[in-house]
Amino acid sequence: MDTTPIDLGHIEVLQILDEHAQLDEALDPGYAPEQLLRMHRGLVLTRAFDQRMLTMQRQGEMGTFAPNLGQEACQLGQVIPLTRDDWYSPSYRSFGAQIWRGWSMERLFKLWSGYHEGFPPPPDVNDLPFSIVIGSHVLPAVGVAMGMRYRNEPHCMVVNYGDGASSQGAVSEAMNFAAVNKAPVVFVCENNGWAISTPLGKQSATSNLAVRGIGFGVPTIRVDGNDILAMTTAVEQAANRARNGEGPMLIEAITYRMSLHTTADDPTVYRSQELVDPWEARCPIVRFETYLQRKGILDAEDAERVRAECDAEVIAARDRFRTDAVARPREIFDHIYGELPAELEAQKQAYLDRLDRKGVE
Amino acid sequence: MPQRTMVEALNLALDESMDRDDAVCIMGEDVGINGGVFRVTKGLHEKYGERRVMDTPLAECGIIGTAVGMAINGLKPVTEIQFSGFTMQAFDQIEQNMARLHNRTMGRFPMRMVLRTPYGGGIRAVEHHSESRETYWAHTPGLKVVIPSGPRNARALLAAAIDDPDPVIFYEPKAVYRAFREDVPEERETMPIGTSQVVREGKDLTLISYGAMMRPAREAVEDLVDEHGIDVELIDLLTISPMDSETLCKSVAKTGRCVIVHEGHRTCGIASEIIARINEGAFEYLEAPIKRLTGYDIPFPYFQTEQYFLPDADDIIESVRETMAWE
Ligand SMILES: Cc1ncc(C[n+]2csc(CCOP(=O)(O)OP(=O)(O)O)c2C)c(N)n1
Ligand SMILES: [Mg+2]
Repeated sequence: MDTTPIDLGHIEVLQILDEHAQLDEALDPGYAPEQLLRMHRGLVLTRAFDQRMLTMQRQGEMGTFAPNLGQEACQLGQVIPLTRDDWYSPSYRSFGAQIWRGWSMERLFKLWSGYHEGFPPPPDVNDLPFSIVIGSHVLPAVGVAMGMRYRNEPHCMVVNYGDGASSQGAVSEAMNFAAVNKAPVVFVCENNGWAISTPLGKQSATSNLAVRGIGFGVPTIRVDGNDILAMTTAVEQAANRARNGEGPMLIEAITYRMSLHTTADDPTVYRSQELVDPWEARCPIVRFETYLQRKGILDAEDAERVRAECDAEVIAARDRFRTDAVARPREIFDHIYGELPAELEAQKQAYLDRLDRKGVE
Repeated sequence: MPQRTMVEALNLALDESMDRDDAVCIMGEDVGINGGVFRVTKGLHEKYGERRVMDTPLAECGIIGTAVGMAINGLKPVTEIQFSGFTMQAFDQIEQNMARLHNRTMGRFPMRMVLRTPYGGGIRAVEHHSESRETYWAHTPGLKVVIPSGPRNARALLAAAIDDPDPVIFYEPKAVYRAFREDVPEERETMPIGTSQVVREGKDLTLISYGAMMRPAREAVEDLVDEHGIDVELIDLLTISPMDSETLCKSVAKTGRCVIVHEGHRTCGIASEIIARINEGAFEYLEAPIKRLTGYDIPFPYFQTEQYFLPDADDIIESVRETMAWE
């Protein structure tokens, strides 16, 4: 060997449905029509929920949140192959995946409008709470997977994080821990090209975040995140490896943040519409619908009906949220410890007296 | 004199310092073309270029660690951590290097650097975006901790922090960022770090606060003076560390009574330290126990209930009246 540094070169991107919705027959996962239609409905519901959230935020009913327009396939594809015994660790942008996993939409509405009871994962859902502090959830997710190995459980953990998060030291530590311990974890790096105003090119000198796995001994694949079939296929394979004791895998899912970083953000300050436009044609929902129509299991009328049903479902959830959500100022001391220390009990009492004086229920 | 918000005033201080000294540079997430998520660095990227206004990768430990290295190299980095909740990611570099290199190298490597970050509640934000954990840094030897309360002192103190020979943690009360405008002079202005300010003289009771809590404190003082005839002396701490014990003790020696207000947690909060100092420096003048009105010892609540966590003007009025009534 000479002294030339190693070049890992170009890594291909897995695509099963291409941008023109042409199927790569050799890679067809062969889902039954009902499953394909369930996936389609999941995508449509995700978008309906996202759009409703945005309307509610603009009307002052919702706090700041991060829309997921354009990332629906990427998000659902991460969780569709999971069983209820598997675990999922979402990011703040993962509503679609959370709904698929069994979070009610009311709960998510509560979460994003600042009600504490929106935060805990539902009792029957093996999810971690989403992480606000970028990258801080990845080590605990690996720890959950280490626990599975410890107990010999044939399940896995899928942990989601962004291209920006991949810069956090803790994310590299997590990969190393997972590899060394052969933890059954699937890292999904959801590369949407942006971390607020920071484009991938400033985040990382390599545009290829999949290579990050290789250095830690974590096998890696790059996937078209706007192709739901490629996503489910890659995650299924990685999940099976993990469940079989073969250790972690990294999936770099390439997608695009079509909308705002959060509702507090103004992307016109830092990116031109010309960068976004080409991604319109790569819309994951249109692509999948075109495929289903060609396949003859969904027609335009069906698609319209699904959209209307999903909208109605979201609105019904919003209405339940409106009647259910109550602020509980008297409970802010109640979940800090398993057992509230006496000193804090006294603080709580003083606090309740203060609320009484203020006439707060 | 032009009226400015705190955001504009901070921007002015950064601009002036960069204009005067090529060693001053800015590092942080989204501080470049985006001008920071609160727009404090707006326009500086355009004016001074990428060399001096650096968008960093998303890694707070990386930002502070590399800024320490830039300071070793003789530069004066002004770093921005997007929210003070994320200074925790940088705790390692703050504690191991930023706070200690001067001592470790016996002054060979002075740490001329600033860590700017928005802190505090009241903006209906998600978890980790409302904390007031200034105590961590006040507890760390080698750091200075500064918290302005309005546009004018923010501008003057940030300029002083950038000039300071030592590392400064600069907490910006985000609830004040755009809350009001104030006269901020065109000509450069600085204020000494380590000095608290008596913003209203009075003889009955000393009220001490800082940062965002100065607003309800001022409101309460107005009411206490006008409606209750209590002549309150109001002190704006401005520098948390090193603490200006002299100003605090002198005031309490005069009034004999004291109330302290902050939104940070109670246990080991800044009020605890102030009480200890007054005990040491003005005990014999005390006519009533010192009262502290603080955030509770619980994580900052989710935003539907955050207003109940924060002390307000009514709470301050009540505490002052109780302290006045003590015999
Ligand atoms: C430790 C930490 N630093 C900074 C932030 C502020 N912040 C919120 S989202 C974000 C960008 C994240 O980008 P990425 O990981 O690519 O995820 P995306 O938002 O694109 O889904 C930043 C900097 C944070 N929440 N946590
Ligand atoms: Mg991103």
